[in-house]
Amino acid sequence: MTTILKEVDAVVIGVGWTGSIMARELTKAGLTVVGLERGAKRMPSEDFTLPNVRDDLKYAVRQELFQDAQEETVSFRHSPSETALPVRRLGSFLPGTGLGGAGSHWNGLTWRILPSDHKLRSHLTERYGRNAIPSEMTIEDFPVSYDELEPYYDHFEKICGVSGKAGNLRGQKIVGGNMFEGPRQNEYPNKPLTQTMAGSIMEKACKDLGYSTFSGPSANSSEVYTNPEGLTLGACEFCGHCERFGCEANAKASPNVCILPNLFSEPKFELRNYAYVKELVYDRQAKKVKAVRYVDTRTGEEYEQPAGLVVLGAYVFNNNLLMMTAGIGEQYDPATGKGALGRNYCYQLSGNTVTVFFEDKVINPFMASGAHTTNIDDFNGDNFDHGGLGFFGGAIIAAGTTNGRPIQTRPVPSGTPRWGREWKQATAKWYNHAFNIGASGCSYAHRENFLDLDPTYKDVLGRPLVRMTYNFRENDHKLVEYIGAQMERIGRAMNPTRIGPASVRRGNYSVVPYQSTHNTGGTITGSDPKTSVVNRYLQAWQADNLFVMGASVFPQNASYNPTGLVGALAYWSAEAITKRYIKNPGPLVPV
Amino acid sequence: MAEDPKIGRREFLTAAGAAAAVLAPAQLAEAQQAQPVTPSATAPVAAPAAPPADEPLLTLTATEHAFFAAAADTIIPADNLSPSGSDCGVANFIDRQLAGAYGTGARLYRQGPFPKGKPEQGYQLSLNPREFFRAGIASANEFTRKSWAKDFDRLNEEQRIAALQAMEAGKAEFKGFGSAMFFNALLQITMEGFFADPMYGGNRDMAAWKMVGYPGLPATYRHDIKKYLGKVYDKPPRSIADFS
Repeated sequence: MTTILKEVDAVVIGVGWTGSIMARELTKAGLTVVGLERGAKRMPSEDFTLPNVRDDLKYAVRQELFQDAQEETVSFRHSPSETALPVRRLGSFLPGTGLGGAGSHWNGLTWRILPSDHKLRSHLTERYGRNAIPSEMTIEDFPVSYDELEPYYDHFEKICGVSGKAGNLRGQKIVGGNMFEGPRQNEYPNKPLTQTMAGSIMEKACKDLGYSTFSGPSANSSEVYTNPEGLTLGACEFCGHCERFGCEANAKASPNVCILPNLFSEPKFELRNYAYVKELVYDRQAKKVKAVRYVDTRTGEEYEQPAGLVVLGAYVFNNNLLMMTAGIGEQYDPATGKGALGRNYCYQLSGNTVTVFFEDKVINPFMASGAHTTNIDDFNGDNFDHGGLGFFGGAIIAAGTTNGRPIQTRPVPSGTPRWGREWKQATAKWYNHAFNIGASGCSYAHRENFLDLDPTYKDVLGRPLVRMTYNFRENDHKLVEYIGAQMERIGRAMNPTRIGPASVRRGNYSVVPYQSTHNTGGTITGSDPKTSVVNRYLQAWQADNLFVMGASVFPQNASYNPTGLVGALAYWSAEAITKRYIKNPGPLVPV
Repeated sequence: MAEDPKIGRREFLTAAGAAAAVLAPAQLAEAQQAQPVTPSATAPVAAPAAPPADEPLLTLTATEHAFFAAAADTIIPADNLSPSGSDCGVANFIDRQLAGAYGTGARLYRQGPFPKGKPEQGYQLSLNPREFFRAGIASANEFTRKSWAKDFDRLNEEQRIAALQAMEAGKAEFKGFGSAMFFNALLQITMEGFFADPMYGGNRDMAAWKMVGYPGLPATYRHDIKKYLGKVYDKPPRSIADFS
């Protein structure tokens, strides 16, 4: 029995960053909007308060704020010839759930991708020649250029109160900022965070090697700050409980702090929590999504919410699942290369580290925010010559500390036993005298890395799990070895008592150790409906009233944390809807 | 429980002739056959068993509790840095964790089928953590009985270290899953108990935090981050209970 509800102008699926941005912009344009959020109505003033907001076991280890794998997970295999098995316990990535989504428990690194990342395929072809890109590397250009997106990056940074320093202000290069970044029209809204001890050691070593460091752009507000919504962020306390935790200081930008309070006082907006969207009702003939069906997770009752406009703002996997189960677009097949849905699933080459130990230096790793790094960008993207290297892309290289929570942060030199007397001595000796140099590398599309529907395993609503076919490829392996060597070189320049070796992602991808919640692709944006799912305004080619948000639209993943680009694209898409689509509903790009 | 605090939980049961009661029923028949020496009150005890638990158990059997306590004391031996793992409450922490949502499989996708996967596909057993540790401890004790004719918690320190090393290396014979997998789970939950906030039953007196110099709460360092740059933050740690 499905209860049919009264039609609304727009329905937003998932109320995290993109759902909140779209709901806010659409209601401002006069539309009535219903937000469907499968999780609880998490309110910082109630749910993120001292002292329990600092409960390491509950939040960081038992994963209180994340998607419940019992309800929904993905299955995984390395190659199309293998049988996928379900990810029974989340590990490698930790999607969010609940009001604010992962935006309430992220770390806050808020980047713009490089201008060359925006036009990756044409840039590499131009610089390295027509045959330089291997045929299995199915990278694409973003159909939106850096210059076009610049004002939207800028706006999202202001919404978040990002702390940082410009390195390229309207073309002028500035020491102390990231001089590799694209030209910015404006300085960051907040000054950089106070540098950590690890960061100051990094800065000195890099200077000795001839590299200019900068502070990683951080949505942890360095000062009390009021954003363009008129909403106020507090100043960061450097509490060391950031990623996986909510923020009691309201210093970490989140939809809950930066946008949602204005939606709660907006009569045109209605939030429905515990509303788990099950499927899209797709009219193939009309090329429209007519309605959204959801289940009230408290009662099991099913509802159908008709809407003129549907915004898909769930996580990467849910976006893919809802498109695939509704049959909006053709499923990608790696054997033929046909179909776009599920194509170009990418990840992040994360968790590459070199640990440095200093007998004579005190690090205080527990005094830190989640996005608190001292970086170089010399080995990122195409900022260095790839001639003869045998791979494309690069990595953010950074040092810093994010926490000293000892269940998970206890550096000891390699070769130390994992337990017993010797382990205890090493742990006590080095806990406050070590930190990591880390690298987050880009993930470029490969024709055999893709998403489709699992034939065997189902989620709590009875739908197939999304099946992930993914492995690290030759480009990835060469990239991390190259970056590992750079990190070791920087580490040695710090003159540590003990150092590494570089621990980089070698061998097969594993879903067990945490790496990164930067899953991307599957519903990618592009200029060609044959190889992409949404157009440059994130409008589905096969359903003109469906707009797909988030990193599932990335054709590949740059090295940078994705939220800055996700936020910018949401504002870009929202403007296309409110300025053009509403007045004249139909395809915004001719098919 | 009418237990003499000087007599460990296991001694009480075995002395009462209840050795059978400490074995999981499924393992019982097998254990009785495979085990030439059943632990008894008269068996020589090379090392004292875990000190008596001062808290009642929620889910663990006496055998399981003794195993976790002995493992915690081997993984985290008492020295000048901290008391032993069990004296810090690690076994009680584990008892509470396995009795609660985590132990009964919260956040664990449990739909079948359950074929054996590749290691990179992660945990693929049908067991929840409570069931996993029940089965693993039975296997571990069976293994030590074969090698040393005693349950793990009755071994001396040297033997316990050797037994854990064998499990860590995947060289101990286990039923249903590898010993390395069991060891990794044991190590993880032991470290959780040692380092988690004391309100969960382990890390008594914040011993683990004192050992490494982790100050705990309230962790508001807006000014201290500059003041203590490169300097030891020498304030005593505080936990959630100190602010509740």
